[in-house]
Amino acid sequence: MSPEHWTRPSRPDERDRIADTAVPAATSATPTREQVIAGLRATSEGGADLVQLLTPEGQRVSHPDFDIDITDEQLRGMYRDMVLVRRADREGNALQRQGQLGIWVPLLGQEAAQIGAGRALRPQDMAFPSYREHGVAWCRGIDPTELLGIFRGTDHGSWDPNETGMGLYTIVIGNQCVNATGYAMGQKFEGKVGNSGDDAAANEATMVFFGDGATSQGDVHEGMVWASVYDAPVVFFCQNNQWAISEPTERQSRVPLYERAKGYGFPGIRVDGNDVLASLAVSRWAMNEARQGNGPLLIEAFTYRMDAHTTSDDATRYRMGDELEAWKLKDPIERLRVHLLREGIADQDFLDGVETEADELAARFRQFCVDMPDPPPERIFSAAYAEESPVVAAQREDYLDYLSGFADSGHDTEGSVR
Amino acid sequence: MAVITYRQALHDTLREEMLSDENVFLIGEEIGVFEGSYKITAGLLEEFGEKRVRDTPIAEEGFVGAAVGAAMLGLRPVVELMTINFSLLALDQIVNHAAKIYGMFGGQSSAPMVLRTPGGGGQQLGATHSQNIELYYAFVPGLKVVAPSTPADARALLKASLADNDPVLFLENLALYNTKGEVPEDAPPAEIGKAGVTRVGSDITIIGYSRMATVATQVADQLSEEGVSAEVIDLRSLRPLDRETLVESVRKTGCAVIAEDDWLTYGVGAEIAASISDGAFDYLDAPVRRVAAAEVPLPYAKPLERAALPSAESLNTAVRQTLEAVGHRR
Ligand SMILES: Cc1ncc(C[n+]2csc(CCOP(=O)(O)OP(=O)(O)O)c2C)c(N)n1
Ligand SMILES: [Mg+2]
Repeated sequence: MSPEHWTRPSRPDERDRIADTAVPAATSATPTREQVIAGLRATSEGGADLVQLLTPEGQRVSHPDFDIDITDEQLRGMYRDMVLVRRADREGNALQRQGQLGIWVPLLGQEAAQIGAGRALRPQDMAFPSYREHGVAWCRGIDPTELLGIFRGTDHGSWDPNETGMGLYTIVIGNQCVNATGYAMGQKFEGKVGNSGDDAAANEATMVFFGDGATSQGDVHEGMVWASVYDAPVVFFCQNNQWAISEPTERQSRVPLYERAKGYGFPGIRVDGNDVLASLAVSRWAMNEARQGNGPLLIEAFTYRMDAHTTSDDATRYRMGDELEAWKLKDPIERLRVHLLREGIADQDFLDGVETEADELAARFRQFCVDMPDPPPERIFSAAYAEESPVVAAQREDYLDYLSGFADSGHDTEGSVR
Repeated sequence: MAVITYRQALHDTLREEMLSDENVFLIGEEIGVFEGSYKITAGLLEEFGEKRVRDTPIAEEGFVGAAVGAAMLGLRPVVELMTINFSLLALDQIVNHAAKIYGMFGGQSSAPMVLRTPGGGGQQLGATHSQNIELYYAFVPGLKVVAPSTPADARALLKASLADNDPVLFLENLALYNTKGEVPEDAPPAEIGKAGVTRVGSDITIIGYSRMATVATQVADQLSEEGVSAEVIDLRSLRPLDRETLVESVRKTGCAVIAEDDWLTYGVGAEIAASISDGAFDYLDAPVRRVAAAEVPLPYAKPLERAALPSAESLNTAVRQTLEAVGHRR
């Protein structure tokens, strides 16, 4: 055969192959009945293995494996955390609508998952986020105004990962999972894991955050494989918020996500991600296991993204309004509020105080945003290498020289670098 | 002849090809229900069903690899990669598999597929989401890389890519999706590997592709008002590269400026400059100049991003400098 004939022409029966089996087609306008029902069922219940300590009605319940030792003050603190974080989040949405931010990634609905996990971390632990972890950032002592640069587009994140114990936001899906595994391997190599006696308090572990959609990525798989064969002290914290932009979790997995851990040989637990007590209890346990050298572990926080994927998205185009209504009944903040009041742990004065504080935070957040200056042109070049690079240095010199020609005209960075 | 957007041209051509060939199917993230991040696949799930418009898990390596397998069986997958940046997660499947199947299987099987993906900065999407890395693919024997800059080219090159028996990386550009142009409905598929002369001129040759090819024509039009006759070449295809057209033009004009959105060092322009040096050295009256992006991860802040990308203004300056160097008088 001559090379021209190497490419086998497709046979007629091959062509048929693609058009034969009938799958009820969904369309953008009309999801099938089956899809609607599957969607509602899949997203409304977490199943029998769901760890819950506080029901959606605010009732404290017990669980055979997980209990929690928590003071009234800590409970009030977590309520405050959630309310303040939600307020900053709503303000972020509003600022985007007003043209002050390029984009905002809402956390609405995921406060309990994140505050529970974040409050289980010790200062020496490390957290690797994706991009929606405003609640975790809050727990790491990162002021919400620090999140604004990323969404206003003035920088890629301004907090110091080493100082705060929190990596910068990562937008390429899943890749922080391998970085986290490597970091955890480092913690182990350095002897910061599994110490007993007086040294136990200094033990460390790593927690990495990612979404249900991310679980399909090779990086997440590889991170889990590596972590398991190296017994790395890492807790994989998956927020299953039921959606990856427009794709439901059923597009990513046939089994509940927490069950995947079994295949890697480590424990996987599904926690009610709208229950801050359960999230804290399971996260504390998992982090302690990891610190003692019994990692890795997987936590699937079963929760719901109550807003759109980002401010650029319109979720009504692909999901049912009923779903959101059902999840509103499981609101993470409301159930804790009811619990606090019912048990007399907090009174109306306390709640009002938190509300006032939220208003103040919102005002400060807004003002900070509006006042943010554009970064200096020199930043173009300073963010390329840790060490000076001759190529970059030459470009900087040329460009700043070029710009200085406009000194009188008030012209700043309009021209391009050549 | 209809005047439509680049986005519409892509959409209409995909649809047409799906109607005329049952082996053509679409695969990628968010392309069905969501209709694609940039809405190129709008309405296609509704019209063709899930079998031919496949929403995939978020796993680029996975769906590109799956498309390679489907192509080996004789199907014609059109993969949508949300942006070229995410093609990096599928690099092994593209470079080590799609590009090598034909050769390493002794020519008994090929991987005829189209990888559609937009590149480009300027949308304030940050350093990881704004790259122009088509060069990575243009470097690889076994792949073809095309880069339409107009709605008409988008149509003609997409048709050609689908008809091609080799894997083709089809580069789109975020800044071009809303641009409009005339699209003749009965035009034949383009010839992959053929550059276009989009302005005929005699004083200088300006060479670009994708977004910068359109910027080049703008600059040529500005210059023509001042009596400068610039010839503009739109590469259209990065691999194979149409060296003949470039060389012929520079032999005529005696000087050239290259406009590219990627980084200067080792960028596409370096290959063009080398080709000109090979084929038109004796005709050159000035060094070949290149206008490219600042060699930094693209800044996020709007003014900084704008400054780091090449523009009509920076191209115009480079053209003037070159004309001065050759002693061009207007
Ligand atoms: C490698 C890669 N592919 C695709 C995208 C585009 N993208 C951004 S967010 C997202 C969905 C992620 O969903 P999930 O992991 O569930 O996290 P969530 O947004 O729900 O928190 C996708 C596909 C990306 N950022 N990176
Ligand atoms: Mg999700």
